Amino acid sequence: MTAHATPAAPSPTPRDQRGHAAVPPWRDVRNLAWLFQFAVVLGAIALVAWLWGNYQDRSAASNIPSSFSFLNQPADFPISGSDFRRTQPVRAAIVEGLFNTLRLVVAGVILATVVGTLVGIARLSKNFLVNKAAQVYVEFIRNIPLFALLVLMYSAVVLRVLPDPRPGRGGSWEWGPVAVLNTRGIGVLWFEGGNLRFVLVVAVFAVVGAVTARLRRRRSDATGAPARTGLWGGVAGLAAAAAVWALLGLGISAPELSGLRTTGGIVMTPPYAAALAALVIYTSSHIAEIVRGSILAVPRGQGEAANAVALSSFQRMWFVVLPQALRVGVPAIGNQYLNLAKNSSLAAAIAFPELTQIVGLSVANRSPAVPAFALLLLIYLVISLVLSALVNLANRRLAIVER
Amino acid sequence: MDPVTGDLTALAPAEPPRPATSGAGDWVRRNLFRSVGDGIVTVVAAVVIGYVLFRLGRYVFVTGRWEIVRRNLGLFMYGRYPRDELWRIVVALCAISAYGGVFAGHLDRRRADAGITGPRLTPAARARDLLSRFWPLLLGVLVLLLLAGTATPWFVALAVVGAGVAGRLGGGLLGKRWLLPLLGVGVASLVAVMALLLDAAGWDRWGGLMITILLAVAGIVLCFPLGVLLALGRRAGREVNSIGGGIVVAAVVAAIPIVLLVLTGTDPSRPLTWILLGLAVAGGTGGFFVGKRSSLPLVRVLSVVYIEFFRGVPLYVLLFLSYLGLGFFLPRGFDTPGIVVRAVVVFTLFTAAYLAEIVRGGLQSLPRGQTEAAQALGLGPIRTNALIVLPQALRNVIPSIVGQFISLFKDTTLAGAVMGILELLRTSDVANAQADFAGAGLFAETIPFVMFVFWVGCITMSRESQRLERKLGVGTR
Repeated sequence: MTAHATPAAPSPTPRDQRGHAAVPPWRDVRNLAWLFQFAVVLGAIALVAWLWGNYQDRSAASNIPSSFSFLNQPADFPISGSDFRRTQPVRAAIVEGLFNTLRLVVAGVILATVVGTLVGIARLSKNFLVNKAAQVYVEFIRNIPLFALLVLMYSAVVLRVLPDPRPGRGGSWEWGPVAVLNTRGIGVLWFEGGNLRFVLVVAVFAVVGAVTARLRRRRSDATGAPARTGLWGGVAGLAAAAAVWALLGLGISAPELSGLRTTGGIVMTPPYAAALAALVIYTSSHIAEIVRGSILAVPRGQGEAANAVALSSFQRMWFVVLPQALRVGVPAIGNQYLNLAKNSSLAAAIAFPELTQIVGLSVANRSPAVPAFALLLLIYLVISLVLSALVNLANRRLAIVER
Repeated sequence: MDPVTGDLTALAPAEPPRPATSGAGDWVRRNLFRSVGDGIVTVVAAVVIGYVLFRLGRYVFVTGRWEIVRRNLGLFMYGRYPRDELWRIVVALCAISAYGGVFAGHLDRRRADAGITGPRLTPAARARDLLSRFWPLLLGVLVLLLLAGTATPWFVALAVVGAGVAGRLGGGLLGKRWLLPLLGVGVASLVAVMALLLDAAGWDRWGGLMITILLAVAGIVLCFPLGVLLALGRRAGREVNSIGGGIVVAAVVAAIPIVLLVLTGTDPSRPLTWILLGLAVAGGTGGFFVGKRSSLPLVRVLSVVYIEFFRGVPLYVLLFLSYLGLGFFLPRGFDTPGIVVRAVVVFTLFTAAYLAEIVRGGLQSLPRGQTEAAQALGLGPIRTNALIVLPQALRNVIPSIVGQFISLFKDTTLAGAVMGILELLRTSDVANAQADFAGAGLFAETIPFVMFVFWVGCITMSRESQRLERKLGVGTR
């Protein structure tokens, strides 16, 4: 700052403390930044206002309501596979659709994770046949449109390969008490009393298992005895779940044919089965690539160290490689879950009554299109945000705690 | 060790040489029967794979009724494009192929001029290299030619390949200064090709693979300006920590739902009231945290809201909304645009959000020094981005952009389902509804054919983009 140490000759321009000529406000970068921003925001607001004005104008001209009052009107359409009545309001139909979407997404996420992980590990197998089979599966499925797979599953597999239960048309495939398959539906052995009680039993299993595992871990930290969290947690969880099951008097119910209908067990409608199969196959191929990539991302030395301390190949995978691979893979796999949730909307095209299909039906039955779809977009947005929040949470739990 | 000579080998008795680790038997032992368990897995896998291959082969060559694909091949390729005007498509294909050839030749010349030369390949090795790169594409073309069963398509294929080869040879003559003119010619010939094709039939009469490609290309090209702007917007301004900026942004963001709330009335029994209140609280909180981190917080928030909205909702629903509702958002007196335009609008807006995230990745991969050097030279923000930052950032993310194009290419199938555009997959429904095939339900022939065409396109693009990624050395520089 020596150059500015000499007192400057008095000049008409004002100067700041350092002796620089003060920037006039219309050239101050901070002011320009705010000016620029307000211009951008005003432009955006003007665009939205223009669209909104056009919309109001158009809907007034064609006498279409632009409010959400349609939610309270009777739906006037049936929902297949549900005891929904036509006189119930649209809002109830949308809740029904949300429930169906969640049924598809939850089952899809669980199955896609299992299948994807297995295929991803198979992709790294040293066995030539297993490796190549997994590679062909992944390279084929990843490079075709999900929607083509979905339509194929529905119109060429579920509706063509499965037998028609009507008399003289082929009957049904009955695989003992495990499953009954025909074009009217796919019945599978399941817990009596449906999904809610099943969820309760699973929740008891998870909570008791987790608590036991944590106690074992604490004891192991204190005494140095082997923790065996998986074994103890699993057994305790199973015992608790079995106790709850017995207390509630739940049983297992096998699917049975009664006439053309399949009763008992859990019965998947053909669109549900096709959509689930397509979503699982498609998403699992993407998850498999992520699993493979994240396992390859674990430094080789980790596996070699596990070999050096004589861990079995299962132990090496389960205790050493997978936990580290998870850290790399979780964000990407979470993205796939998000994609699966959004892709579940395609099931509307094969008439599975999920959210999009229900809203489409209600629009076809005199609900105004723009508010109805705006609501639908909002619901999907909330689902996406909740899912990504969960993924972020998992990511934070798994991240390495650095000192 | 021999204590006298210090010979290390003397202590160990001479081992017989190990059996040579090559040959078929050794390969089988190492790759199929490493252990007993491995052997069991191999046997089971062999039985399953053999069965699947047997069924698949029988289906493809014996039981499959491919008549429907053979008779409708034109429908699958170009839809209802007038039959007398097909030469236009041939000309367009030759032009595209020639341009691709010229560009590839030019790039090769540039590399040679810069002294980057790969190993000299003999013609046979070069053919093998091309075959291993493009076998899916070759297989696809061969299947199409065999299905067509007439001679004309063979000549078309020959002409297209010939144009490509001629272009490749010609492109090798063009030196470094030709890059910009070539890009200009590319844009001009794209326009010319479109004009040539549209002159005979508007795009509402296009179909099959042709409209699929049109939708995907239009989506990726048109989304570029918006996508790049959003990426820049999301990273706009300097990193700061200003509570004041956060409060301003929170106020602006929360004001929008509150104004809406005032306009629509505050009836606590309506769900809308609560939704808007929730939006105000969530938007205000989010706006505060995004806003306090940048010197251009409002621009950032706008970009983030746009990107996260379009990435959080399904494309299918957006297409549905555009199909039924786009007309509502245009001023009175404007006719609702045709279905192809309605689809392209959605593909453009949707892909822009994903492109913005890709470009953001490219911007983040650039060292700060690039921007700082540009500023040191006295370049303003616009020239810094246009001349220094974006060219490097975009080059680094070309493979991801190809990936986005592939997923857009696959997503065009949704436009068929929602809007009835006659793209590839929808053609399958149309073919099955024809009088000759109605009721036969030959979906198990048409859909696999469509899948095969998509697979050929996607796998070729994805393999080439992986190759490009290796060539660009992304992440290794």
